[in-house]
Amino acid sequence: LKIEDTQPETHAFPWFGMDIGGTLVKLVYFEPVDITAEEEQEEVENLKSIRRYLTSNVAYGKTGVRDVHLELRNLTMCGRTGNLHFIRFPTQAMPRFIQMGRDKNFSSLHTTLCATGGGAYKFENDFRTMADLELLKLDELDCLIRGLLYIDRVGFNGHPECYYFQNPSDPNSCVKKPCNLDNHFPMLLVNIGSGVSILAVYSENNYKRVTGTSLGGGTFLGLCCLLTGCETFEEALEMASKGDSTNVDKLVKDIYGGDYERFGLQGSAVASSFGHMMCKEKRDSISKEDLARATLITITNNIGSIARMCAVNEKIERVVFVGNFLRINTVSTKLLAYAMDFWSKGQLRALFLEHEGYFGAVGALMELLKTSEDL
Amino acid sequence: MAECGRVDSNTSSHTMDKSITLPPDEIFRNMENAKRFAIDIGGSLTKLAYYSTVQHKVAKVRSFDHSTKEAAGDKLYEIAVQEEVTARLHFIKFENAYIETCLDFIKDHLVNTETKVIKATGGGAHKFKELIERKLGLKVDKEDEMTCLIKGCNFVLKNIPHEAFVYAKHADSEFRFQTTNPDIFPYLLVNIGSGVSIVKVESEDKFERIGGSSIGGGTFWGLGALLTKTKRFDELLQLASKGQHSSVDMLVKDIYGGSYACLGLTGDLIASSFGKSATADKEFSDEDMAKSLLHMISNDIGQLACLYAKLHNLSRVYFGGFFIRGHPVTMHTITYSINFFTKGEVQALFLRHEGYLGAIGAFLKGAEEDNPNQYSWGENYAGSSGLMSVSPDMNPMQRARSGTFDMLEMDRLDRQLVNLPLLQDPSSYIPDTVDLTEDAQAREYWLSCFEEALDGVVKRAVASQPDIPEAAERAEKFRQKYLHKLQTLRHQPFAYGSLTVRSLLDTREHCLNEFNFPDPYSKIKERENDIALKYYEKAVKSLEELSWEDRQFALVRGVLAGNVFDWGAKAVSDLFSLKVIFMFCFSSDRPWLVDSFDQWLERLKGPPHRCALFFVDNSGVDIILGVMPFVRELLSRGTEVVLASNSGPALNDVTNSELQILTERIAAMDPVIDSALREDRLTLVQNGSSSPCLDLSRLDKVLAMLVRERQTDLVIIEGMGRAIHTNYYAMLSCESLKMAVIKNSWLADRLGGKLFSVVFKYEVPAGAGKPH
Repeated sequence: LKIEDTQPETHAFPWFGMDIGGTLVKLVYFEPVDITAEEEQEEVENLKSIRRYLTSNVAYGKTGVRDVHLELRNLTMCGRTGNLHFIRFPTQAMPRFIQMGRDKNFSSLHTTLCATGGGAYKFENDFRTMADLELLKLDELDCLIRGLLYIDRVGFNGHPECYYFQNPSDPNSCVKKPCNLDNHFPMLLVNIGSGVSILAVYSENNYKRVTGTSLGGGTFLGLCCLLTGCETFEEALEMASKGDSTNVDKLVKDIYGGDYERFGLQGSAVASSFGHMMCKEKRDSISKEDLARATLITITNNIGSIARMCAVNEKIERVVFVGNFLRINTVSTKLLAYAMDFWSKGQLRALFLEHEGYFGAVGALMELLKTSEDL
Repeated sequence: MAECGRVDSNTSSHTMDKSITLPPDEIFRNMENAKRFAIDIGGSLTKLAYYSTVQHKVAKVRSFDHSTKEAAGDKLYEIAVQEEVTARLHFIKFENAYIETCLDFIKDHLVNTETKVIKATGGGAHKFKELIERKLGLKVDKEDEMTCLIKGCNFVLKNIPHEAFVYAKHADSEFRFQTTNPDIFPYLLVNIGSGVSIVKVESEDKFERIGGSSIGGGTFWGLGALLTKTKRFDELLQLASKGQHSSVDMLVKDIYGGSYACLGLTGDLIASSFGKSATADKEFSDEDMAKSLLHMISNDIGQLACLYAKLHNLSRVYFGGFFIRGHPVTMHTITYSINFFTKGEVQALFLRHEGYLGAIGAFLKGAEEDNPNQYSWGENYAGSSGLMSVSPDMNPMQRARSGTFDMLEMDRLDRQLVNLPLLQDPSSYIPDTVDLTEDAQAREYWLSCFEEALDGVVKRAVASQPDIPEAAERAEKFRQKYLHKLQTLRHQPFAYGSLTVRSLLDTREHCLNEFNFPDPYSKIKERENDIALKYYEKAVKSLEELSWEDRQFALVRGVLAGNVFDWGAKAVSDLFSLKVIFMFCFSSDRPWLVDSFDQWLERLKGPPHRCALFFVDNSGVDIILGVMPFVRELLSRGTEVVLASNSGPALNDVTNSELQILTERIAAMDPVIDSALREDRLTLVQNGSSSPCLDLSRLDKVLAMLVRERQTDLVIIEGMGRAIHTNYYAMLSCESLKMAVIKNSWLADRLGGKLFSVVFKYEVPAGAGKPH
């Protein structure tokens, strides 16, 4: 890490980075483990209490979760050693979170709360009026790229942060393989949150947003909730893992009896997502699991298709998929890997990162450290 | 008309009530001569195509032999009404529920059964194969759906003016028709059926499916049926048009509290479709969910289409398939999406006859031996029902059309039609001066004007066939038909493309032909021609007595004066005094409303033109005493002249065959004309049209060839129909002269003049070098 040469005193704890998205709030918290006895004595009580609360729990309230498996241990940031914790909770819980900031008297701490994502703008006034906190608002795409490059650099506790799928077109021999993102640029960065943003990244500071689509993680969950009555992302994915989308989707072979050779379309390709659902008998014969699966496949294939077209138009071969839609979602990661490989005839490679949705928050934290330096 | 119950297209049951009766007068016309069939069976609609011949009456003129001239009395030439057989393509669209009834009807009426196979395409073709083979005794020959679609698309783009349009929901006219670009390739066709196919078409035979998506019409329908209580496609669309998507979708402002300004994303942009529906404690209305679904799918298709258009560098993108099929709701959302994703660089184009493409293509596949592509075809306004769609809210009547039969008829034209080579920019040429689809005030005037004139037209039609007792009955049928067309156009001005004075005139001609009134003016034309001929020599003589400069002016006045004596504009009896003709006092003296006579005169002092192409107008005084002396002067100057007249009759316009006879008669009196004819310096050609107006992008190929060969450097267009209603703004690459007298007070007012105002527009294209 290169940001460590300044004086540690300038960065008052606690160190937080926050990314307030449409569905989820992502929070990274740096827990210093090199606190001297002297420091500990000077530490105010509410700072200790925050640290204890965050590090001794893995769940906060009804909906907050710490992704323990993602924790980066013994990380050195700005000359301090510590653990980086990854916490998420639904954006709906923002009012309660702000309330907590007031209760813990966060404003008395000598820190800046760096926040990115749309919520940094939306909740700015609430933070100010309810908790007397001034947010440092940061652009979400800047943060995303900075955080991503940082985590990739420091690695995942000695392992690479990045992975891909070997033999993506063969379900039997398809395996996840770690890799290094050594030649980062150019890359097409596909961030799948509630919606999807697609960026062409040429260097840390040179990127453009190519396009985006409103068919993202929020669409998957929203449709699943309406179609199956499920309530959470986990539930939806669990159902999807058990379903069969071919009961719901109309395949090429359902129309042509086999492959559509004139156009080189395989019989197993989906011709019409939810196409069977035009017909009452079929509607009556499918399960909720089938519907969840079809929703997942539809959304994933569509993102893959748009990403692939963008990659071709931008002449970029590496496509990096991030965002919380991919959390615990091997169906989608494998499908994306397959789609990139198959439709580009091996020209494109899909890459994934272990800390899927947290890069924006990490980028925000880094901005905090940079800001302190400037002071 | 049979009362037709709606059938859920979803159940696709083809066992239907046998008591459904068809209105045979209206549909399956000319079935007895039908010889080649194709059928396109889709998810809910069947499209049948057949080729047939139509026998109808045409008026032919023939010169009498000199030996028998005495016997013919004082008749100038012989007018004979003959039967002529022409080829016509019929396309009929009906709900799948009618298939069996329709097949029975076809079988009963099919006289000429040399046909052995029927070409079939569409998803439903295999399902009805057995039924068709059993009912018709024809072998069903399946054709690839996409190939048919593309073939059909090429055919309509080439042959139907105003086929493609841009849809603009909130504009004054929802439909903005595109000018026919002679070069239709390359283009992108996005076919939105249950899934989406994106096809790049590079030439008549070369096309490639470059991509597609599984999120299409089937996704809208399927998900819509799951999410709402509505199970039918059309009703889902209606539901969607009433909903508010912002209660279901997560918008940028829901995340940001406002816009995401630095990326230029507005607050109302959808960030996540259905993003709000993950909150389980909320109920969403069917309308809102349907709307959100519609936006999601339309945006997605639009985005993919743009990505493919960009990758292949294509700017013309046509959308078709059952998701579009004239539904204003989907045309609007797709248009919106395309505008958003390309920032206006690409326009979403739709087709008037989109629903027929598969059937047309399948038919063409089967008719390859007849080489239909080597002919030009024209939409027959009398037999086609036109585009029906309007916003469902605007016209509740529209839904009632479901259960009726839509028709498209195309006539094979005798002549192959091409662009006038002298058009400055063929791709931007618009024949018509006023688009009545966009100009509501003008539309109202002209529709009423044509309605008021109808009685006169009917009377004239009856009078033209005094010896035929049932003429009155036919004329009445004509009246009903044309009146109905006018009413349709009042409600749906865009039904046949851009509504123009030309299309109103052409529709009337088509309807007259439909009821066997091929040339109601034939006898009047003959009488006028005969009388005018008697004055020709005198007219020429008096012109020759004038000084050169006076003569040039008199010649122009002669053309204009001749043009005033349009039938209906003045009583015939007023006509025949030379004084009246040549000293005709226009209600406005020079300067005329548009007056570039001085420039013209100046030009005449220079070297002669190589060759002048003259589009003539009326018969009688106009052609004989106005145009001919003018032509004679051009010839005397050393300019070759090509006289272009109508191939078929329209009002009192002189036809090519009439003009042949007249010119011979004039040549007999006038050595100048005679030698010019013999030396090929004066040539008569037909323009390929039977319209009182003139479309310079659809002219006889022979004419175009001649224009090129002769190195034509002057185009003269005469008369209100050809120089005012059409071509007033036409830009030519050579010198042009547009001459007309405005014989309609409304139009005169519009152009800022009075009744009988004169337009004399002489134009030299910018950048054209001085002629030498």
